[in-house]
Amino acid sequence: MLLKNIYNEFIKILAKPRSYIGIGALTLLICIILFAMKADGSSFISFVTSSFEQTLSFNGTILNGNLIAFIILQMLIVHIPLLVALVTGDLISGEAAMGTVRMLATKPISRTKIVISKFIAGAVYTFILTLWLIFLSLFVSKFIFGSGDLIVLNSEGLVILKEQDILWRYGLSFIVAFLSLLTVSSVSICFSAFAENSIGPIVSTMAVIILFTIIGSMDVSVFQNIKPFLFTTHMASWRSFFEDPVPYSKIFNSIIILVVHNVLLVSIAIIKFNKKDITS
Amino acid sequence: MSEEVIKVEKLAKNFGSFEAVRDVSFTVNKGDVFGFLGPNGAGKSTTIRCLLSLIRLNAGTIQMFGKSYATHRYEILSKIGSIIEKPDFYNYLSAQKNLEIFARISGATVSTKEIHEMLEFVGLGGRGKDKTKGFSHGMKQRLGIAQTLLHKPELIILDEPTTGLDPQGIIEIRNLILRLKNEQNKTILLSSHQLSEIELIANRMVIITKGKSLVEGNVQELLNAQELTVRLELSDVNKAIPLIQQHFANVEITRINEVEISLSIEKKQVSHLNKMLGENNILVYALEPKRKLEDFFMKIVQS
Repeated sequence: MLLKNIYNEFIKILAKPRSYIGIGALTLLICIILFAMKADGSSFISFVTSSFEQTLSFNGTILNGNLIAFIILQMLIVHIPLLVALVTGDLISGEAAMGTVRMLATKPISRTKIVISKFIAGAVYTFILTLWLIFLSLFVSKFIFGSGDLIVLNSEGLVILKEQDILWRYGLSFIVAFLSLLTVSSVSICFSAFAENSIGPIVSTMAVIILFTIIGSMDVSVFQNIKPFLFTTHMASWRSFFEDPVPYSKIFNSIIILVVHNVLLVSIAIIKFNKKDITS
Repeated sequence: MSEEVIKVEKLAKNFGSFEAVRDVSFTVNKGDVFGFLGPNGAGKSTTIRCLLSLIRLNAGTIQMFGKSYATHRYEILSKIGSIIEKPDFYNYLSAQKNLEIFARISGATVSTKEIHEMLEFVGLGGRGKDKTKGFSHGMKQRLGIAQTLLHKPELIILDEPTTGLDPQGIIEIRNLILRLKNEQNKTILLSSHQLSEIELIANRMVIITKGKSLVEGNVQELLNAQELTVRLELSDVNKAIPLIQQHFANVEITRINEVEISLSIEKKQVSHLNKMLGENNILVYALEPKRKLEDFFMKIVQS
């Protein structure tokens, strides 16, 4: 029954016009960035590298597909949560708003399975969105700009990664980026279990992300204790794969925090949906 | 003894401090078309939602097919088809896709052919590929009934199935319910404001008001136990009134106009009344029983 309902949820997601807004917006944004980089990427790069030019000399093509992909991921990973929440925030509350939750809840399937099937369908949608982001940013960028070594500027300075040392880093960072977005999906599904309309969970999810991000970025001692436990703190962990050496323990810690968030949030959604009187 | 399909005992449900249902009990037997009557706000929809496990009870018990939801939820819901208030569908999907979605989780295997046949059965034969967004209320109601019947349930629960339908739609739904009872021997619980509908198709009923069940039983037996209200159109009302009072003790007569009166008498006395008026040269142009259930319902609810 769970598999049948997961299939049902896929059909619903595929049939909803809003599911394509995310993919469309992502494609458009990446095309705009690629166009901008193609048109004036060298001046953008020289602005970043100018501070190092007195101490370092750069040979080869810095502006390559690997760098463009990194720039795109850095720019968009902040905005994609909205595109994820747009679909996943509607999964439970959309049924209440439409009235179909009555029909669904009177079928011989447990409410727990209803929430789990929605979570799985939302996870697959998030996976596809993340995959599409990686495909467009990495493979299309490489096709247009060619390949080469990757120069990454982080808090500890400049990291230069060899061309043959990059693809696996993108592969692993994709997994962590997906886990981050899956947490966003879980947040919105959790809000969705409490709401009776589609907009509330989407707005609430974004509000939480903004709030937690602000708390995380403030250098105030009172927030330092909670900062390591906020999921937003770990949403940028995918970037750690582009450090040398890779801080695996830090990444593993982030993965644990994100997984715990997912389990907790989905559990809350299940408990709430099971206890809910369906009066809509 | 009849097999009990639904047994509700002392059901109570509060929403905060509001007592939606406080003491509802009734039994629906296999093969019944059971009328579930009550004025607006009586607690009918809340009771039906409890029957379908959509909301939790605060007190009382519900047994469906002799079993409880706590231990046999899957089994019970597999045997029920329902429409609660208005049927709602995924308006971005076609009628056929909607039925496929609900069929897939109905606990039965339903083929595409059966879905097509069901659409034909409810008069939506050519509209399967159309999105439900463009469907009228009547079409959605018919699609709702298709969804209800798709997995061949033993018990059908219909909450106000004729609300918002035009007269033809009401007749169609009524005929459909009668077909389900007569041809397929389904047990049907029918909540409706249309008292005439209940009178025409239900064999048993319960009346609830203010969250409490007041009367339960066989429709005809309950109605026959009551006095019959008849409207008479006569050639001479002034002469008829004292004659009726003389022949029928304690009868209350209401003069409607110069040629019409109404009175309540026992059913077996109606022929005697007609005969007496004729013997006294009073012509009876019309003798019409008023809607019995309406009177009965009003009497119970107002009491």
